Amino acid sequence: MTAKEHTYLGVPVKKPKVAFFEFTSCEGCQLQLLNNEATLVDFLALLNIVNFREAMSEQSDDYEIAFVEGSITRDDEAEQLKEIRARAQTLVAIGSCACFGGVNQLKNRFNDLAWVKEQVYGSHPIESREAMPLSAIVPVDLEIYGCPIKKEEVERVVTNLVLGKSIDYPKYPVCVECKANHNVCLFDLGQPCLGPITRAGCDAWCPSNRLGCWGCRGPAEKPNVRQLRQIMHEHGFSDEQMLDRLECFGGFGQYVSELKSASKE
Amino acid sequence: MKVSCNIKVNHLTRVEGHGNIRIRIKNGQVEEAGWDVVETPRFFEAILVGKLWENAPYLCGRICGICSIGHTLASIRAVENAFGIVPDRQTAGLRLLLKHMETLQSHILHLYFLAAPDFLHIGSVLPLVQTHPEVVQRATRLKLLANDACDIIGGRRVHPTRTVVGGFTMLPEKSQLALIKARLEAALPDLVKTAQLFQTFSLPDFVRETEFVSLKGRDHYPFIGGDLVSSDGVVKKEDEYLQMTNEYMVDHSTSKWSRLSRQSLAAGALARFNNNFAFLHPKAREVAASFSLQPVNHNPFMNNIAQLVECVHVVIDSIVIIEELLAAKWQEPRQPVIPKAGRGVGAVEVPRGILYHAYEFDQAGRITRADCVIPTSQNNANIHYDIIELARQSAAQQRTDAEIQRLAEMLVRAYDPCISCSVH
Repeated sequence: MTAKEHTYLGVPVKKPKVAFFEFTSCEGCQLQLLNNEATLVDFLALLNIVNFREAMSEQSDDYEIAFVEGSITRDDEAEQLKEIRARAQTLVAIGSCACFGGVNQLKNRFNDLAWVKEQVYGSHPIESREAMPLSAIVPVDLEIYGCPIKKEEVERVVTNLVLGKSIDYPKYPVCVECKANHNVCLFDLGQPCLGPITRAGCDAWCPSNRLGCWGCRGPAEKPNVRQLRQIMHEHGFSDEQMLDRLECFGGFGQYVSELKSASKE
Repeated sequence: MKVSCNIKVNHLTRVEGHGNIRIRIKNGQVEEAGWDVVETPRFFEAILVGKLWENAPYLCGRICGICSIGHTLASIRAVENAFGIVPDRQTAGLRLLLKHMETLQSHILHLYFLAAPDFLHIGSVLPLVQTHPEVVQRATRLKLLANDACDIIGGRRVHPTRTVVGGFTMLPEKSQLALIKARLEAALPDLVKTAQLFQTFSLPDFVRETEFVSLKGRDHYPFIGGDLVSSDGVVKKEDEYLQMTNEYMVDHSTSKWSRLSRQSLAAGALARFNNNFAFLHPKAREVAASFSLQPVNHNPFMNNIAQLVECVHVVIDSIVIIEELLAAKWQEPRQPVIPKAGRGVGAVEVPRGILYHAYEFDQAGRITRADCVIPTSQNNANIHYDIIELARQSAAQQRTDAEIQRLAEMLVRAYDPCISCSVH
């Protein structure tokens, strides 16, 4: 299929050269790209994929858009990320690990990497540093949030990117989408939930399946964390349970420290 | 002419995670060969320490993007075993159905997207979109069915939402299950065509005897819990898993290695097939027979065929499970959880082999110690010694560099390794 066959409002659309990379992660976000089988062929037709190690053997260093999954936990990863940054016009962080550090950054909370390594590897030497999001190493142009990312959102973002349209994220919280889906409130079902403070865009994926939100997409604009803490207490949930969710993916940085100090008072 | 070559494959493609193959042959003698895992560790076992029990399945599902359902179920089983919770028949049925659908999804992904391109001499499945659209459509149809079923039962195909300690947060609509059943029935002809496709491939004739480890079936082909068995005759209880895994460190790998009675062991579809052949559905056994696959088979490339055989088994078994669920009245989805101090182990057969999660809890249900033993970490030593033997045989057969590299890559892919999982 050639680029000429793709037009938008009568204007030909160029197929960008696209590469996929992964650092410290479960590679679930890349798998999500192969999921949504119904639209997979159309989605792939938009792009000229030159690098996707998990799915193809051909590899090239000539690309315009780089999609990067995973957090950075070793020096060689940081170096490779800098190379990718230098080659790509647009660098897109995909998933919570790339955007915030993800579940990997939970090891940072001990402030004791030696103990962390010893727990898993005993005295065997192993190289690892604090888990960091991509943006701690290089400038990132776009972030696609979620653990895992939602394919529909990726398709929308990528289509807009290819067409040169603007890309907007909701500023309101997951709670809004949850209400729109006519769900019973998780708090009324006896479950803790970060829906009131977490950035929407997932269509309340977890709450719609009766699992309280764990905040994988990071904070909504001006999240009222203090008020949520009060709601948690009113429903019998401890600061510890709220903290488990707030610190899970690394998106709530300052609010985690605030809750930790508030809960000591 | 004697073979000399120096093959280095850094970050092997079409596998999950990062691993390297090295083979150096000089004048027909293998000087050095092996398998290096260079994946960065995430330290899940440390991350869990101090966390309340409810974190375990939610976090541990995220060890793996491909088998997140299997990790979640193993984690749940470990917590439930520690707290003395026994799932009711409805929960057990739904979990096994969910497990089957992950097995189908993962095996189809591996067979069509990761393994098949080697046999067709192409770099990825993408060229087939133009040349053999019906093959790609069949693969995506099977994968979509499995993924849709995972969405309906587990809430989400990657990192499931409804699976919790005690049961499920909510149940599927029975009408949705009935639709899945109809699609499963329609999938059987697609699997016949898949078998016909793989009949046209020539699988390398390579044998290195090893020890196969899996769950031990009692009256059915086992996937969730029960005794552990090896093809060398070792039998252990689920909570004695450490005696089956014997993990140790090697210098050139960030993944741990395992051994049992020999220098290496193998887990996965072929291990399950070899150890539990008698419990496979007759239709699945027919497929095995059409490839002359019989237990105990020691050709690692036959793991591809064992996966195909399992696809047939899990599809037929899923139809039976759905029939039973549809005939019964829905019970409460979730039983209450009362934490207590103790230790729990969960062993689950995930697509790539037997997976163990083990946790210790204090009185409040906080994790004091965690251990996860991954199928690919159990396989890494076996892959390593297979590569050495493959290099030796290839040198004797005077193969070219390109042939040796292609065979070595295919060999590793046949294990369908989940490398980031193995390091976790």
